[in-house]
Amino acid sequence: MGITFRKETFRDDFTFKNSPEHISRFPFPFHEDAYMYAVNIEPHVVGPKGSVLENLIDVDEHYVAEMQDRALVLAEDPLRCQSLPHMTLAGWDLLELLMEQQALGYPEHFTLTRDGDRWRWINRPLGIDDTFTFGDTSTLPYGPMEYITRQSQGDFCILDQRDGNLWMDAGMVTTQADWSLDFDIGMNFFEWHAPVPLAHEKGIFTRALKFLTNIQQGKPARRLNWTMTINPRLDTSPENYHKWGPDRTTVTPENVGDKVHLRVELQSFWRLPRSNGIVFPIRCYLIKMDELVTQPKWARRLHRVIRDLPEELATYKGLTRFRPTLVEWLSKLDDGSVTSPGFGPD
Amino acid sequence: MAAKTIISRPIYGTLSPQPGKHHLFLADADGALAIVDMAKTAPAGFFDGAEIVFIPGPDGKHVGALEALKPAQFHQAPSFASLLPRLKQTLTNAHMGLRLYLAGTEGLIGQAMQVALEAGIDHTSMQTEHRGSLARRMQCVHCKGITENVTTQPATCSHCGLLLLVRDHYSRRLAAFQGVCINAEDRSEIPPIEEAFP
Repeated sequence: MGITFRKETFRDDFTFKNSPEHISRFPFPFHEDAYMYAVNIEPHVVGPKGSVLENLIDVDEHYVAEMQDRALVLAEDPLRCQSLPHMTLAGWDLLELLMEQQALGYPEHFTLTRDGDRWRWINRPLGIDDTFTFGDTSTLPYGPMEYITRQSQGDFCILDQRDGNLWMDAGMVTTQADWSLDFDIGMNFFEWHAPVPLAHEKGIFTRALKFLTNIQQGKPARRLNWTMTINPRLDTSPENYHKWGPDRTTVTPENVGDKVHLRVELQSFWRLPRSNGIVFPIRCYLIKMDELVTQPKWARRLHRVIRDLPEELATYKGLTRFRPTLVEWLSKLDDGSVTSPGFGPD
Repeated sequence: MAAKTIISRPIYGTLSPQPGKHHLFLADADGALAIVDMAKTAPAGFFDGAEIVFIPGPDGKHVGALEALKPAQFHQAPSFASLLPRLKQTLTNAHMGLRLYLAGTEGLIGQAMQVALEAGIDHTSMQTEHRGSLARRMQCVHCKGITENVTTQPATCSHCGLLLLVRDHYSRRLAAFQGVCINAEDRSEIPPIEEAFP
């Protein structure tokens, strides 16, 4: 039967919302009542049916609307998609990975047919039916990375591995939580993470890099990250900070439930077969507070996490201005009872 | 020397004579003194295979001191932009084993490094020494314009006019620090502007 794709927006009138089935599959990122950085990386294996892990590349009801929003961002600012000259092969690797995974998980929506190097790709939700020669960029309307990531939810960074480090040498980044691909492209793993507070001192990045440079083909890994966004806005780039920043001053006790969104990134890490690069999809899930608190356990736990978050982290995540209002609103939904371990709703 | 803050922020060293026959020096203003100091420990004949390219500051000092080192080539340029074509050609035609020494302001070191990186020279193989002004070269993350010689915190973008927080986050590819709107959330908040990078 396939997915019913919602018609919705992530800007202007902000009509984005989650259907009830999508609320219960939301990847809630807190397994206990507190949060601190950890190298929370685990194997990216298929999870329960109906969860966001049912397929390793998740396509959901927001797919078409997200792709339309991406096209709008790119029309305004083409620098959100960049690939250094040595990264074209990795782009083909990524095209193969995403076509295979989407066709495997959602055969009613995507079909990939291969006859040697002649490939035919059918993307029904976006009305695309293209035949091209794998490895020949002149047979596609965009470079391979741009072509396929205009058809795949989430941001994508392609990392080149050399000198024992990972280098941010290509990416499609239109739904980022406040970092700039245009500024960070060409940086190594430590450099592009330089602005993150606390984690360097804890040795997080040294351990994470060691793990990532050892990722093997066919054995992807994943982790969750999170922040909060006012209004369901995908494009919270630093480029447009002066446009979306004022949203943070608009939170009132009356509109918290509708305006404040938990933004969760499902980050996964895949070794690419030809280029030996790593692709790092950053899949963004949004849920407004009104939707989240339909799960009482999540409401109680989120209250405790946000209330007790270290100030430095709250500042880095940009919560400072609306945190008191949010905590006050959530506190009314926290009766103090024990929350069960693990991520899922009760 | 500027204090170390975050990992992407460049760290500069002290010039020291490297083995090899071909040495290219680029310096501006007080960066000349780093070369003069290094010359004291250089072996005899070191400058016979050296080229010095120098951009004097507004006071025009140090030209004589550099000429006295008797480099094989000495070139004086009025600005970084003016020496760019020459620098690109030198790097393109350079033999394997050319040693690069950059000394002076962060803007000069950064821009010279940017050109050298494009020519395929690894940044870790370049000798750098910071001398003189702490003024920063800043890219506005919003309009992408570069503002040269930023000395205040915050600083106004010379292109779009937004008031920017000058971060320590630095891109070698752009040879610039990142500037991000400091009052994006509430434009009526105007923080005091202080001299931060004299």
